[in-house]
Amino acid sequence: FRLSSLIGHISTCPSLIGQCCQRHPGSVDEFQEELVIRPLHSGDIYASFQFRTLWDTDFLQEGQKVSHYRLFPKSLGQVLSKFSVRELHISFTQGFWRTMQWGQPFIPSPPGAELWVWFHDTVSDVDGNWKELTNVLSGIFCASLNFIDLTNTVQPSASFKPLGLGNATDHRFLRYATLPREIVCTENLTPWKKLLPCGSKAGLAVLLKSEKLFHSSFHSQAVHIRPVCQDEQCTSKAWELRQTLNVVFDLYTAGQGKKEWSLFKMFSRTLTEACPLATSSKVYVDITDNPELFELSPATPLLSQAVVLGDRRTYSVFDLTRAETFGQLRSLNLLLRWKGDGGEMLRPLLHAERYVAGFGLQTGEIHTVIYNNHPYRAFPVLLMDSVPWYLQLYIHTLTVTSKSRDNKPSYIHYQPAKDRHRPHLLEMLIQLPPHSMTEVTVQFERALLKWTEYTPDPNHGFYVGSSVVSALVPSMVAMNTNFTQDQPLFSSFVPVKEESSYFVRVYTEPLLVNLPTPDFSMPYNVICLTCTVVAVGYGSFYNLLTRTFQVDEPSLPLAKRLANLIRRIRGVPLLT
Amino acid sequence: MGLLSDPSRRKVLTGLLTRLNTPICIVCYLAGIVWFMGLAFEPFTLRTYMSENAMGSTMVEERFSSGERALSLAKEFDAHKRKAGGMPVEWLVKAMQSRGLEVFTQSFSRKLPFPDENKERYMVRGTNVYGILRAPRAPRTEALVITAPCSPGNTNNQAVALLLALAQYFRNQIYWAKDIIFLVNEHDLIGTQAWLEGYHHTNITGMEYSPLQGRAGSIQAALSLELSSDVITSLDLVLEGLNGQLPNLDLANLFYAFCQKLGVLCTIQGKLQRNDWDTAEGYTHAAQTMMLMVLKQACGRSWGDHGLFLRYHIEAASVRGINSFRHYKTDATTIGRLLEGMVRKLNNLLERLHQSYFFYLLPSLSRFVSIGYYMPAFGLLAVILLLRVSFPGLCHCFSVSLQPSSPGVLTVLTPVVISHLTGVALYLLPVHLQEMAVEHFPVSETEAVVLTAIAIYTAGLALPHNTQRLLSGEGTEQGWKVLKLTALLYLAVLLGCTALINFSLGFILAVTLVPITASITPHMPKALYALVMVLLSPAFTILYCVFIYQELIEAPVSVSEGWMLFLSVISQGILDHALYGSLVYPLLALFIYPCWLMFWNILFWN
Repeated sequence: FRLSSLIGHISTCPSLIGQCCQRHPGSVDEFQEELVIRPLHSGDIYASFQFRTLWDTDFLQEGQKVSHYRLFPKSLGQVLSKFSVRELHISFTQGFWRTMQWGQPFIPSPPGAELWVWFHDTVSDVDGNWKELTNVLSGIFCASLNFIDLTNTVQPSASFKPLGLGNATDHRFLRYATLPREIVCTENLTPWKKLLPCGSKAGLAVLLKSEKLFHSSFHSQAVHIRPVCQDEQCTSKAWELRQTLNVVFDLYTAGQGKKEWSLFKMFSRTLTEACPLATSSKVYVDITDNPELFELSPATPLLSQAVVLGDRRTYSVFDLTRAETFGQLRSLNLLLRWKGDGGEMLRPLLHAERYVAGFGLQTGEIHTVIYNNHPYRAFPVLLMDSVPWYLQLYIHTLTVTSKSRDNKPSYIHYQPAKDRHRPHLLEMLIQLPPHSMTEVTVQFERALLKWTEYTPDPNHGFYVGSSVVSALVPSMVAMNTNFTQDQPLFSSFVPVKEESSYFVRVYTEPLLVNLPTPDFSMPYNVICLTCTVVAVGYGSFYNLLTRTFQVDEPSLPLAKRLANLIRRIRGVPLLT
Repeated sequence: MGLLSDPSRRKVLTGLLTRLNTPICIVCYLAGIVWFMGLAFEPFTLRTYMSENAMGSTMVEERFSSGERALSLAKEFDAHKRKAGGMPVEWLVKAMQSRGLEVFTQSFSRKLPFPDENKERYMVRGTNVYGILRAPRAPRTEALVITAPCSPGNTNNQAVALLLALAQYFRNQIYWAKDIIFLVNEHDLIGTQAWLEGYHHTNITGMEYSPLQGRAGSIQAALSLELSSDVITSLDLVLEGLNGQLPNLDLANLFYAFCQKLGVLCTIQGKLQRNDWDTAEGYTHAAQTMMLMVLKQACGRSWGDHGLFLRYHIEAASVRGINSFRHYKTDATTIGRLLEGMVRKLNNLLERLHQSYFFYLLPSLSRFVSIGYYMPAFGLLAVILLLRVSFPGLCHCFSVSLQPSSPGVLTVLTPVVISHLTGVALYLLPVHLQEMAVEHFPVSETEAVVLTAIAIYTAGLALPHNTQRLLSGEGTEQGWKVLKLTALLYLAVLLGCTALINFSLGFILAVTLVPITASITPHMPKALYALVMVLLSPAFTILYCVFIYQELIEAPVSVSEGWMLFLSVISQGILDHALYGSLVYPLLALFIYPCWLMFWNILFWN
């Protein structure tokens, strides 16, 4: 039966929830929702939604058919089982995360669409499954994911490891693709919201109004599906669906230049209830910075500490499942006011940027600059670059320099492109010296495309997807390696294996490269000109070259010809 | 084309061409000049129109209103500029930061090959300050640039202030799709050059600069702003860039459209548009405007900060505020609105500007002459050179010279090589010999360079005598004909290539070089023809251009002032080559002058 009717039913009759859960004691499907609000250093504000649905089933086991769905969206469940997907990560991002002003995001994503999938190792035709999967997902999310084909798909050997259970290492079962040109808008948000158990009718999702979400500096929505442990002992497996939505509201355009934010100002809504299907529904507000310069109302006694991205942060927690959170007005409108002085750039420990050097339409050079701002620790990073085939990389010109000295990567995986078939893939493990800037350069030549291969608006240029820098960054504080259920969602996405470092992925900006482009209004003129040249020039030259010239005998007058006729008969010499 | 395959008719044609060679050449020359002058006649030109779809129908509504604030900001900037004795870097950084931009600085230094006496600089050290307005939800792939030079003295304060006011206004808008870079550059073109080289990580002119920290993807278009007074009477659009490159015509159309919309008087080459094309004055006015454009384009220098952007395939133009004492005044708010409108339209672009023309001449802002219309004028001049190749006697000597017994090859090669060596000397020596010249003569470095150049140029005139000495025996009749044939073909190729890249330069050179080179033989009265040749040599062409230019901008000069201007033009040309990579000086020194020397050799052929 339909999800919306279920919700409508439940919300009118709350006692039903308990009943239905009691009726199926074996199934422990669970839904959690969470919103983190972090006032940013620059005066902007960062809101990060996470919705987690746990599905207590293992359909990858032989002979198990799944036909009953409760909280987990059926459309995705079917896709997972049909294509034997082990892990699926898809993100749609509009905008570029400004690391220098905003710090690190909870879950990074590159501009445009990104999709990476680990298939189960029983899959025989991975490319076929991948092709079909992208088409199906393109339908589910109303996005142009069907433009993913072999020319922009790569199989990274080291950069994208599975985040869930299982230790797959064979990268033949991994597919990674980005579409940097993909525009994200309402039509992608609506299907994303429909995957939530409560839709956008109750809980935190009521805040997701597109007219506000797209009036922002940064918008990113993602779906992550992976197998996880059901409990600490890991006795049973469950599927986890995490839907995340990150948005940054701009101080000037959305905040009218005042460092004063409220839920209403950000989303034009306030919170009135939790999603009735959710086991936990919380709002976290980061109050670590300037506790004295910072004002948050209503105040809450609930504080929580979490170690996120190598930093210990303090959060005020608002539990939406408790009625007192909403106060007498029966609505929660958080109000933040702070007087910090923004403007100065941050110095995140790891930061990367990329640009195209040179001018003209023949050659160029891709520069990728990676900063290690740690004062005394060196650490290795994995750089992954996927460059379309129409930029023909000269891999012999690849240089890696740190502190104006050659820095030899300890691992290089390079797969050259095949014209019209597959892109370049370059993965390198580079050791970044402390407090340094490492520059990776490689020269390329621009290919001449066939005239049908140009995209619409060819003079706009061609996109090259972001390069991906993955690293274990040394942490300033001990990371929390314990796996506990009540950890906030935002700090539990990437499993932490050791206390001394944490995992960070940084995406650089995509590149826009102009290729030599013909003037597409010209074909008509060219055809006319060519035809004329061929007709006139070639015709007459051919004529000149093939014709043999002879001196023409002047023809004799009629009388002489007659005389000659008579002479020929008589057998005497002819007249001339 | 039956003409070619029919031997008798072919004979008639060649006979006609040989017999009527001189009259045909004269007609071609006159027709070329008349055609060119006719380009300024309004019925022969096309009306400009917006080709780019993305900028056409979507008229934007301008709301910029802080012109007054910009003016008070200009006073503040002026005060800080005075206090800092140059560019107030810290103040600018703070001002941009407080407006919500990401601010970066770039320091650069450049030692000029010799002191620039016009701008009084030799060792140049400076800092560029630029702020990037990050477009919301854009992936940093495209950018627009607005630049205002921080000039010494009182000038351009209003431009910088308006830039800051626009930045503040733009920052509060949500509709940006491209990042906008606000650049305040020091030492005008040198700063721009350093910034552009830093942005594209190239080094083509030996500039020293610190690498840029912030970038915003590929730059789609740039506007340079020059304002020196609180109110202006008209806005002048400057298009001519380095090496005669021009931005896409749509950029000019965009400017014109917004001037029309906001009722701002707009000029090009400082000349207002007139409506009376059918009167003699109207035509003269259009012709003057076009001539000014041709002269400016021909000299190959960048006539504003925008000119250097063109090399990087960034469409750019300078907007210059003029305050002459007309009644009609425009305030800073209106100029701000004009810029706002232009930037918003550029922001709407889906592709780089490419729809409209890149090769054009403008007799007025609303009329243009496209390449298809002006090229025949040059073609008529160039065809003379080809016709002269078929000059009686010159034609068959070519086949003669190919025979091994003929002395042709050596007699031709020697003058060719020697003229080119002179050209190389003219290119290299002036800058390299300046120290020696300064030691031995009481001149400054700049004078030394210019005077050395003139000396070498003049010394080249003595070449025929020296060439003759090198040759064994006397020059034969065949010899000069082969040399002339070579020289004519060489000049035709040179001018043809030049005109394709920089029409104006090619045309001006053709006008002066073609008549004399077409008619020269050793049998002419030597003294008279020598005088004519010298008067039509490339150096004198530059001198005439200086006078004509001064005449056209309504600032006529006396002979001595003209001479001083001529000297400074030469030094500027050499500097432009060294600083920005302008190609006019090497073209003249390495190719045109040696080619002219070859003809000079023919005149003195013994």
